[in-house]
Amino acid sequence: MSGVGTLLYKEVLRFWKVAFQTVAAPVLTAVLYLLIFGHVLADKVQVFEDVGYTRFLIPGLVMMSVLQNAFANSSSSLIQSKITGNLVFLLVTPLSHWAWFCAYVGASMVRGLTVGLGVLLVTAWFAPPGLVQPLWVVVFALLGAGMLGALGLIAGLWADKFDQMAAFQNFIIMPMTFLSGVFYSVHSLPSFWYTLSHLNPFFYMIDGFRRGFFGLSDVSPWISLAVVGTSFVAVSACALQLLKSGYKLRH
Amino acid sequence: MPAVSFQSVSKTYVGPRGSLRALDEVGFDIERGEFFGLLGPNGAGKTTLISILAGLARASAGRVTVMGHDVVSDYAAARRALGIVPQELVFDPFFSVRETLRIQSGYFGLKRNDAWIDELLQELGLADKHSANMRQLSGGMKRRVLVAQALVHRPPVIVLDEPTAGVDVELRQTLWQFIARLNREGHTVLLTTHYLEEAEALCSRIAMLKQGRVVALDRTANLLAGKASTMLRFKTDQPLPSALAARARVTGRIAQLQAHDATEVEALLAALRAAGVRVEDLEIGRADLEDVFLEIMHGAAA
Repeated sequence: MSGVGTLLYKEVLRFWKVAFQTVAAPVLTAVLYLLIFGHVLADKVQVFEDVGYTRFLIPGLVMMSVLQNAFANSSSSLIQSKITGNLVFLLVTPLSHWAWFCAYVGASMVRGLTVGLGVLLVTAWFAPPGLVQPLWVVVFALLGAGMLGALGLIAGLWADKFDQMAAFQNFIIMPMTFLSGVFYSVHSLPSFWYTLSHLNPFFYMIDGFRRGFFGLSDVSPWISLAVVGTSFVAVSACALQLLKSGYKLRH
Repeated sequence: MPAVSFQSVSKTYVGPRGSLRALDEVGFDIERGEFFGLLGPNGAGKTTLISILAGLARASAGRVTVMGHDVVSDYAAARRALGIVPQELVFDPFFSVRETLRIQSGYFGLKRNDAWIDELLQELGLADKHSANMRQLSGGMKRRVLVAQALVHRPPVIVLDEPTAGVDVELRQTLWQFIARLNREGHTVLLTTHYLEEAEALCSRIAMLKQGRVVALDRTANLLAGKASTMLRFKTDQPLPSALAARARVTGRIAQLQAHDATEVEALLAALRAAGVRVEDLEIGRADLEDVFLEIMHGAAA
């Protein structure tokens, strides 16, 4: 196996060895959201015609799980390795910054997509969401997982303590995913929040992803693709630059 | 081409309370096949120098090469040529011993490395631990895995940063036998240690660092020969008279005093007798590396 292949394998093995915590638990959380919100809001919220609220909710929950778990994988792996000191085993290898990036982001995508698929399989049993334009589902799942994997890489490099990492996760990643239209259509929001939502790249990920299931979305999927694609490239370029410069890795 | 070349390496740490010059124009070469010792008190810059060599830190000025490869501009080739045993006892708790070694091999692009991994496990006394999780190992066993990890890619240059700190006698023996074998087979070894008897026994050449500068660099034999004096060693439970205490090296009950010739030995014994100090196990021996080290560290201008 090549160097980058080994690091990818190691990163996947790392979360797979604790799959109850890294895969099963987030699937269960998403199912609980579906049961509770679906039960409470099913008769009150109708976003698209012919799409019940429970069906509407499923793609949002799937995408939210993909994003949060992709972020959690690279960020927690890096900060654990930094704090326990075993990152030294990687720092002394000939692996390039591209290899680090591809392996950490790749493993994050594997985790995010595994959890997302798990959520989809379980929740689809309650209310099959349909799959009108599957290509959009694949494109936005891959881009979203990749972008959050890269964002997790940046957070993992930046944070020196678990406390800082928790702050990044709870004060940036969580609000951005929750306020992106997972649980509602942004059209139902007051105009200020409606405008603000359109500045959140996570909104486009979820809206584009949902398009693939229902063939309906708040904005054109092409606009979403442009926003998410640009965000992915920008975040990746930032992560690569940090890795190349040895930011907080090589003093 | 030397195995390792340090060329005017300086390192300045800039902090909120001013800057610290950790290394000041350090320059020396380590030839291929040498067993080289890097000595110095805590804070002298040994670990900083090794970190720069390994790519864990970057020099503020100067250049370092490993087997002719610059550690910054040609880092991949330099790191392939280098195996480093870190000072800290670190490990990845997710994996077993064999997984750890296979993964480390993979980082260097080595696919089928199990024959060499088995040999490493055997030589380092880890054969019966290969499937144990890293968390289950004792400190000494973890130290052995660190050594094995540094050697998975058969690096021509091996760096051991205080490998025997807090290590039991058995592991020390096993480790030095194995490292000495690798050195005989042509591997270059760079060792830092606080155990000067180890350095004296193993290293053919030694550099001493003090406050970021090289204050001695010579063959071990020359360093010892340059210190022609004899040492008077004895045990006592009583305090030494103040004139003698100032120049004595005291370790617990053992006191050592430097004497240039027989007349001075007699004078020392007379002074001890006059002060009423009862001595046991009196012996006269040659100065060792620790004496040389202390003299250089106290004498060298910083």
